[in-house]
Amino acid sequence: MSAPWTQDEMMTVAAARLLWDRCVCFVGIGLPSAAANLARQTHAPGLVLIYESGTLESKPTVLPLSIGDGELAATATSVIPLPEIFAYWLQSGRIDVGFLGAAQIDRFGNLNSTAIGNYQRPKTRLPGAGGAPEIATHAHQTFVVLKQSARAFVPLLDFCTSAGFMDGHGSRARSGAPGRGPQVVITDLGVLKPATDTEELELVSLFEGISADQVRQATGWKLRVAEQLDIVAPPSTDELQILRDLHARTRAAHERPIALPF
Amino acid sequence: MFLTLHDAIAQHVEDGQSLAMEGFTHLIPFAAGHEIIRQGRQDLHLIRMTPDLIYDQMIGAGCARALTFSWGGNPGVGSLHRLRDAVEKDWPRPLELHEHSHAGLAVAYTAGASNLPFGMLRGYLGTDLPSVNPQIRRVTCPYTGEELATVPALHPDVTILHAQKADRRGNVLLHGIVGAGKEAAMAAKTLLVTVEEVVEDLEAAPNAVILPHWVVTAIAQVPWGAYPSYAQGCYERDNAFYLAWDEIARERGTFTAWLDRHVRGTQDHEGFLRSLAHTVEAP
Repeated sequence: MSAPWTQDEMMTVAAARLLWDRCVCFVGIGLPSAAANLARQTHAPGLVLIYESGTLESKPTVLPLSIGDGELAATATSVIPLPEIFAYWLQSGRIDVGFLGAAQIDRFGNLNSTAIGNYQRPKTRLPGAGGAPEIATHAHQTFVVLKQSARAFVPLLDFCTSAGFMDGHGSRARSGAPGRGPQVVITDLGVLKPATDTEELELVSLFEGISADQVRQATGWKLRVAEQLDIVAPPSTDELQILRDLHARTRAAHERPIALPF
Repeated sequence: MFLTLHDAIAQHVEDGQSLAMEGFTHLIPFAAGHEIIRQGRQDLHLIRMTPDLIYDQMIGAGCARALTFSWGGNPGVGSLHRLRDAVEKDWPRPLELHEHSHAGLAVAYTAGASNLPFGMLRGYLGTDLPSVNPQIRRVTCPYTGEELATVPALHPDVTILHAQKADRRGNVLLHGIVGAGKEAAMAAKTLLVTVEEVVEDLEAAPNAVILPHWVVTAIAQVPWGAYPSYAQGCYERDNAFYLAWDEIARERGTFTAWLDRHVRGTQDHEGFLRSLAHTVEAP
């Protein structure tokens, strides 16, 4: 039994629905960028996309492969130096939502995008922090997107790149971090949110056809599950069509060879 | 002021120096990086927010002993395999890491450009980065008592940028995504710039990003000098090349063969571009 949409499409649609019109969103490449642009082309036409390369209010027609594709600059209201993005926009509290991904997440939403294994002699060296630690600190809230498996949802991170709720129980607020931290975690199985008491991630919604036991098995700790579990509505025909068109345009653009001068 | 790229690198880049080649996805000085590989520079301390393919190539070619950086992936594609091989397996030589976040490196460049000892930010909160980079420290605000993160100022021996235009006096204009290019330029002891074209008049708006001629050490005209990254208004980013790089760089053998054929085996950037155009298989 396979659904007429992919897991990636379901995740992207679920993430897009969380964004609202006129929300100021700090976007990363990949799925978050697809989600933000889907939202902009559906229910949130006034969504403001800010990319860390310095583009303010980009309105791309194809998704960028990199965080600094020309399309982002050409369709932006303004392009500013990179130090300003982090100082005047992020640190000063002008970002409503920041999207983050990671290779590992723990029960308090802390994230690892640096290394698997020992930092000095890693089994797998990952790209590293980029903008993530300060997005995690300063965005009013963050949405985390990653696929759920016991390898990714771990009891103890190999390295903490970006803070979520730290040790839970209000430790983030006591640290002085201005943002409210990871308010939603979207996986390929469902949606988790921090519990109001301990701030531990709790399964609150499932995607269609997924059971709570499947999610438990794909989690490396004893997962908290809400008493009342919602089912996330599957992608609508419109959502799927717009997203697939966006991806098709993007694929064609990225594969198009550049004509060299010689 | 105006030199060939060969002479600019030969005269101004020495073994063992700290070298920042900036350009955030856009205007990455690939031609200059390739020339450094051709001239066999070694023991460089490379600095870049996003090492990108250019430092993947220079690290794999054995040019680097250390890397200061904040995000080391192939954007939208995955790993930088040569960077990974150096960190995980010491190939072709061990690489010392000085790792930051983007926000941290941005203030480090700004502090360098401002001739301050350190940059300051509300950052590195709850992350393990300070435990592996002892240069990330904290200071107490004398006005509020707040604890703030600090990073030492960056003062690269040499910064290299690529830009769209220079005029005949040596004023340099860059536009589009400028990244931390201006800060890296103003923080450097020596500033080399490659440009797409040299014009009589920059025709720049008063607030354009201009590096005035007296802060620029040398300029080399290198059309397509940022390829396979891009120069806004001149040519687009070759995303297909970035996708293809994943396979080329994955194994030491395919990487070295690519480097020998297209970089070490060519005279200059025009030769590099011609060698790619004549490649029948994927670039």
